[in-house]
Amino acid sequence: MATEPASRSEAINTERGDMAVPAPVLTMGGIGKQFPGVKALDGVDLRLLPGEVHALMGENGAGKSTLIKVLTGVYPADAGTIELGGAPVAFGSPLEAQQAGISTVYQEVNLCTNLSVAENIFIGREPRRFGRIDWKRMRARAKKLLSRLELSLDVSAPLSTYSLAIQQMVAIARAIDVEARVLILDEPTSSLDAGEVEQLFRVMRRLKEEGIAILFVSHFLDQIYEISDRMTILRNGTLVGEYLTRELSQVQLVAKMIGQELAALERLHGEAKVFDRPLIEARELGRTGAIEPFSMTIHEGEVVGLAGLLGSGRTEIARLLFGADHAGSGEIVVSGSVTSLRTPRAAMGHKIAFCSENRKADGLIPDLTVRENIILALQATRGWTRPVPREQQDELVGKYIKALKISPPNPEHLVRNLSGGNQQKVLLARWLILEPRLLILDEPTRGIDVGAKTEIQRLVAELSDGGMAVLFISAELEEVLRLSHKVGVLRDRRLVAELPNDDSLTTDVLMETIASGASQMNASEASNVDASGGRAS
Amino acid sequence: MTTLTLGRASIPAKYLPVLVTGCLFVAMFMVGGIRYEGFATGQIILNVFIDNAFLLVMAVGMTFVILTGGIDLSVGSVVALSTMISASLMAGPGWPPYLVVPLVLAIGSGLGLVMGYIVHAFDIQPFIVTLAGMFLARGLCYTIGTDSIPIEDPTFTAFAQTRIDLFADMWISPSVIIALVVVAVAAYVLRYTRFGRSVYATGGSEQSALLMGLPVGRTKITVYTISGFCSALGGVLLSFYMLSGYGLHAVGMELDVIAAVVIGGTLLTGGSGFLLGTVLGVLVLGLIQTIISFEGTLSSWWTKIFIGLLLFVFILLQRLFSARSRR
Repeated sequence: MATEPASRSEAINTERGDMAVPAPVLTMGGIGKQFPGVKALDGVDLRLLPGEVHALMGENGAGKSTLIKVLTGVYPADAGTIELGGAPVAFGSPLEAQQAGISTVYQEVNLCTNLSVAENIFIGREPRRFGRIDWKRMRARAKKLLSRLELSLDVSAPLSTYSLAIQQMVAIARAIDVEARVLILDEPTSSLDAGEVEQLFRVMRRLKEEGIAILFVSHFLDQIYEISDRMTILRNGTLVGEYLTRELSQVQLVAKMIGQELAALERLHGEAKVFDRPLIEARELGRTGAIEPFSMTIHEGEVVGLAGLLGSGRTEIARLLFGADHAGSGEIVVSGSVTSLRTPRAAMGHKIAFCSENRKADGLIPDLTVRENIILALQATRGWTRPVPREQQDELVGKYIKALKISPPNPEHLVRNLSGGNQQKVLLARWLILEPRLLILDEPTRGIDVGAKTEIQRLVAELSDGGMAVLFISAELEEVLRLSHKVGVLRDRRLVAELPNDDSLTTDVLMETIASGASQMNASEASNVDASGGRAS
Repeated sequence: MTTLTLGRASIPAKYLPVLVTGCLFVAMFMVGGIRYEGFATGQIILNVFIDNAFLLVMAVGMTFVILTGGIDLSVGSVVALSTMISASLMAGPGWPPYLVVPLVLAIGSGLGLVMGYIVHAFDIQPFIVTLAGMFLARGLCYTIGTDSIPIEDPTFTAFAQTRIDLFADMWISPSVIIALVVVAVAAYVLRYTRFGRSVYATGGSEQSALLMGLPVGRTKITVYTISGFCSALGGVLLSFYMLSGYGLHAVGMELDVIAAVVIGGTLLTGGSGFLLGTVLGVLVLGLIQTIISFEGTLSSWWTKIFIGLLLFVFILLQRLFSARSRR
């Protein structure tokens, strides 16, 4: 992806010498890590200052995870030094790192949801009295610790009764109880909704005030700009540089991450197209408890975006159009005739394809190869008694691996070993092979890096130019705006507006449409979008 | 929060399954009391304890294993092997009980330790490891002898026939006291020791427990050792009860034990359950047998039918509870 390797000189050129910088809590210098056949890290520096949120940026495979694993003692470093509070350290295990004050909270909450909140914080180091666990003291200490995070929970209730966001906070509480000086948050926000992210950020700001250095990894650029003070950018295992967040625009950041200027960040659809051939039409289609009756027409070659908060009914619309759920009311018209899409199979018969949001659970089979995964849907439409000939498989799979730039380009690679972006491409290829007329994409770019994201966006634009209709669902409003010809806005399980995407439509307008009447929208989110929109322009 | 509100008190959802089992026991006892003359006495309940002391001890071990998300199919065979070793050592070379019993307990624990080690070190399904253990232990019985061996050691039989009188003409056997001590110790361990909490954590999520720095491997090996110890102790108690050793003792008893634990509200997937529930589960099974013997005309196979039906109801209830608390 990178056009030229990151130069060390660029790193030196970056802002480093401002006067008010306190002594770093943690310094990593010249870190190198070699895996068989891959140089995962080469001469990477990182320093964390007390009371700062430091974002670690880079595409998938840039070396972020490896760097964190070297820091926390999962892997030994091949080269370089790590200093904690000025003294050189080398950790043999995450436990050792934790005991030294470096705690990590991972994307998946690694707690036991069957145990109580208090136990999850203290298990393994419960306060004891005469050799027995002192439950009373444990609950009191848990309450106190959580109040530091501005949380008031029933600490004796099982963790499973709380939302994922709260569980994440409990994980953080567990992490900071051990006198943490450095807190590493690895993609903590990827499964949280906007309100929950805000709550997490409040906690992070509070910890920051207490002088803890926070290393934050996230794919959401808006979040990086909202919370971080400073960032270190990696590319292909090398250091690009360290920057103050306020001095680097989003476009500059993305350019540094992928190593080239991003024309793709502009709106992909230049000229207006005329849509006169309706492909699928929903008339007062609805399902009790899922989505209020709505009407919507999707034309050939049209990209329709769906915008709305998590749980506003975006996925429910997709599932109705794909026949995954039964409509309680209304009808679907495909190519002019009323049809009942009672099963996904019926929808596939009408050449409708659905790339689900949860690619791991609903879509891909991690233990099958890339080829087997891609061929799956095609095979299903033919029936299992008529296997697709191997030569035809190889040809088709080869074509799509090339077209979508799936990496590594090896059809016999197991899907579980692919990065998130490439898994998403495999899922896309599976449906594209069927040559659908309507492609429903539910959050196709969630959790994948900027490079792969841009490629998928470009692909959607190309497909629609070729006449395919696309229903595009994404939580990222800018992405929806960039791709769609028109945008359906959802709020509280109701389609509240259908806006043509012309120059007057901005993320602000979308935000307002989503927010108007919906009281949950808080000001900080709106200003967040404001700020990022302003930066990108 | 899922809570059941009863009047003004509310009961946390985690106690619900135990409560259901408790209500079931009370209801069965009342139905029996109304239907049969001389049923509603304290001695009836004590008899359930006396007749099922060995089952209770085995169920305690099984509760540990199931709480970690495992299963131990070898318990019935280990019981048989224990009775066989006890009887043959006392009958043949004439070993005294105070040597035989510790030896039997050590053998049972050792078998459990080995199975636990295999489960942990080679990451093999406990189902298949303990299935192997089940065949092995049962087979070993027949290397000792194919016939029933009576136990005639005077100390042993005297202890077995001891009646401990309580108030109002009620009595229990020493086995009941042993079983209740085992229950009390186990309940304390599960609630108040780090090992006990690791058992719950391992059953909740092994991966998370590992990442939280808990000794998952040691915990797993220990629970199978405990289960082996409890089975051997159950075997000793069964020897008191039967006064014989026989390779066909306790055939299929592992399934009774699992049924008791599940009816007691412990989730087979691990991580949730209480020893009190296990005690109630054993009592419910015992009471079914008592009711059927009071009925007189019913064949004892009806016990199995009722246990089967109860199990169905309870696994469906478990599903319901876990679906509700996940919301």
